Amino acid sequence: MNAIFGIFLLTLMLITAIAVVRTRNLFVATTLMGIFSLLLAANFFLLDAADVALTEAAVGAGISTVLLLSALSLTAEQEKPGHRGRLLALAVVLVTTLALLHATLDSPRLGDIDAPVHQHVAPWYIENTPTAIDVPNIVTAVLASFRGYDTLGEVFVVFTAGIGVLFLLGHYPHKQAHKPHEGLRHYLIQRLVGRTVIPFILLFGFYVQFHGDFGPGGGFQAGALVAAGIILYALIEGTDRALNIIPKWLLNGMVAGGALLYGGVGIASMLMGGNFLDYSVLSSDPVAGQHLGILLIELGVGITVTGVLLSIFFAFASRKHF
Amino acid sequence: MEFLGLYNYWIAVVLLMSGFYAVIAKRNLVKKLIGLSLFQAAVFLLYITMGKVEGGTAPIFTSASAEQIFSNPLPQVLILTAIVVGISTTALGLAIVVRTKEEYSTIEEDEIQQMDCQENVASE
Amino acid sequence: MSSWTPHLPALQVVVPLMTAPLAVLMPDRRLSWALATAASLCALAIAIVLVGEVRDQGNIVYEMGLWAPPYGIALGVDAMSALLLLVVTGASSFALLAAPTSLSHEVGHERQSYFYAAWLLALAGLSGILVTADAFNIFVFMEISSLSAYILIAGGPDRRALPAVFKYLVMGTIGATFYLIGVGLVYMMTGTLNLADMELRLADVGDVKPILVAAGFITVGLALKAAIFPLHVWLPNAYTFAPNVVTVFLAACATKISIYVLIRFDFFVFQGNLTAHDWQFSYFLMPLAVLGILVASTVAIFESNLKRLLAWSSVAQIGYIMLGASLVSAAGLTASMLHMFNHALAKGTAFLALSCLALSVSRLDIKNIGGVARRMPWTMAAFVVGGLSLIGVPGTAGFISKWYLISATLDMGNLAPALIAVILLGSVMAVVYVWRVVEIAYFGQGAGTITDDYIQEAPLAILIPTWIAVLLNIWFGLTPALPVELSTSAAELLMEHLR
Repeated sequence: MNAIFGIFLLTLMLITAIAVVRTRNLFVATTLMGIFSLLLAANFFLLDAADVALTEAAVGAGISTVLLLSALSLTAEQEKPGHRGRLLALAVVLVTTLALLHATLDSPRLGDIDAPVHQHVAPWYIENTPTAIDVPNIVTAVLASFRGYDTLGEVFVVFTAGIGVLFLLGHYPHKQAHKPHEGLRHYLIQRLVGRTVIPFILLFGFYVQFHGDFGPGGGFQAGALVAAGIILYALIEGTDRALNIIPKWLLNGMVAGGALLYGGVGIASMLMGGNFLDYSVLSSDPVAGQHLGILLIELGVGITVTGVLLSIFFAFASRKHF
Repeated sequence: MEFLGLYNYWIAVVLLMSGFYAVIAKRNLVKKLIGLSLFQAAVFLLYITMGKVEGGTAPIFTSASAEQIFSNPLPQVLILTAIVVGISTTALGLAIVVRTKEEYSTIEEDEIQQMDCQENVASE
Repeated sequence: MSSWTPHLPALQVVVPLMTAPLAVLMPDRRLSWALATAASLCALAIAIVLVGEVRDQGNIVYEMGLWAPPYGIALGVDAMSALLLLVVTGASSFALLAAPTSLSHEVGHERQSYFYAAWLLALAGLSGILVTADAFNIFVFMEISSLSAYILIAGGPDRRALPAVFKYLVMGTIGATFYLIGVGLVYMMTGTLNLADMELRLADVGDVKPILVAAGFITVGLALKAAIFPLHVWLPNAYTFAPNVVTVFLAACATKISIYVLIRFDFFVFQGNLTAHDWQFSYFLMPLAVLGILVASTVAIFESNLKRLLAWSSVAQIGYIMLGASLVSAAGLTASMLHMFNHALAKGTAFLALSCLALSVSRLDIKNIGGVARRMPWTMAAFVVGGLSLIGVPGTAGFISKWYLISATLDMGNLAPALIAVILLGSVMAVVYVWRVVEIAYFGQGAGTITDDYIQEAPLAILIPTWIAVLLNIWFGLTPALPVELSTSAAELLMEHLR
């Protein structure tokens, strides 16, 4: 049953992707990309990747769509016809496709438990998570502790994107001419529905933040959800009102603060005699130390992701329209 | 079953290539970025597919689980990172596109190239 | 202090990484700069200590979070990474010392704190790639360094920086995603992400289709990021329109780090395990290297924009580095490593001189610099030394690596005369493009548009770092023991994996 549903989803994704490439209307392409991300998220869920599904839904279908739409409102909605070098592109793509298809012929089949990926490192994680870290969600254990250094890097990738957007768009050249953004304040139904939904989105965001050890979720998903809730508020009430609630200095503090918190935990564990990001030394009981470390770094992740996503959104939204 | 076992990979490959094609062949800058997201999304599918175990569940210990089979957590962790990297690249790319529009008042690569050529000639 | 020594590989990355958010929070751009420079100099000091440690006791391993590899992420510093750590941290420090003078024309004051934060992230990303021993971790830090490099280049004052950086972003992301596909395929067949562990486990897997395809994807993806001819198309404009000090930093080290990953991945993971892989590696890369040297040098001869001229010369120099590597011999790899170090010195100096020049000459075009050396003798003298080193004149650092490269090709039998001819021809072409600039600057007439009084020597604040770089070119030209020793042990390390 699952297999059939999976094939159905994959086929839908294929159709959506082809439509995305073919359409000349960028607005349509963006909407289709949102749908594509939701289908992909559903597919991840079928493949037992609950955390990834949640992230793909929040980031791919939510945040990415909002960013693309705000960028479209500043640029153009229609793609002009004409491609150059189409044959060369087709040739390159064809060669790459054939190479990859060739590779899949020797690949282990889907779900094969004897595949090399399931033999070596992965069973060790499953075996050792209960004793070494003792959180139910193995993905969280690997993400936050066993491969915590990757996640530190990931937070800094987000941080980099944040300061990049602020560097490029952060200064407002036409502040006087800028008329306050009204949002959908005069549309009763949107406003009513929006205001009812927002508290639940925020609540769910906080739940995902602090429940990430037990179920799917963690700092990234929570940050994306909280940011989505506030962006929804900004869309309804206007960006200026939203900026009154979360002023720019606070956003800057969040962008830098979360990253500093994560790195700070690493440095603290160094100062307390462990290696970088070795949470075991943070408390007299190693497992309790791991819990504390994971809680703190997930908080850091959540703060930076929320701050960066909101900064990016506000940078796009307060740009003068052409 | 042989066919079904590879279907996920094949779809991933075709998705990969449709994104790749959009990146290379399309001349609109936003469309290129959309193609890039598609391209990356396909890689996510490739990784998650190889982590699936037949009859497995999501790698989360529940109270009832004495003898559970879990799917592989590692590709999931890697892809969580990759998704975040992807959205970061898209955001930065879009900021560059917005600035390009402000400076050139177009987001079509051909028109930008034309203007740049004229500028290069003028400066010589 | 001694209790910190074991942590140095981690601190190499953590110091610049953690300083970046602090630089954003600084209330004043000068404080941000001071913080960035302090962090960069600190990273340089760490790199120097690490070089000493590696020479004394060989490879250093550090386990992040105290999880043993391959379960956790391990860091490893050996001769190869230590040599390049010197290049990266050195280039960053020199460029930052020159930055306040050069940058005030180019980047608005209120945006500079973001700029310096991005700089630190680029430094941390590049160092992170060098110290890690984990294939996926390389991808993460590659993205940090790439995203921050896009920001730095987009800071350029000319609007043409924007399409240039967009092209770089698209091609860079394609390159990184290709690398990710390749790593995924290797992971699929081995179940591990640690490079050393991959090598061990691949021995049991052998020549299966996914691994062969993975080798292809990783090579092409990294070649794209390293701007190896003909995948270099993003490079000339990106370097031309970036702020001048950014060009100094990135031209000295950014593409070399991708070459480092390419060589390391290929030799550590694939060479020993795949049949006839050395042969394929050689025959794929050698023609590209030769073509790169010849074509890019020719373009540089006819280029009139000074920054683009040097950017094309970089494409040619990448050709020399790849030529050494494609010989797949200890001598060739030594030459390749050595050229990474020496070219960084030469090109960094030349671009630093251009940064000085840009303070007085608004458009860095060959037509605008007629007779400029009479007004700016120190600046142009620095350019001349950088140029001589680029050509490979005895007494400069550039000579050493050209010499090693030529002696390495002597072992190649039938191919030797042709390869030596290419190297010599490339050097003659370098003489031509450097001489064109020098001739006009020293013997040309003043440009009609600018009055001569307007042109004056660059301030000491930027001349001093430039001249330290000049002296280093001569120092390492006369006493090349340290880079030669590191390069030789790096090459031996790589060849051990060939079995």
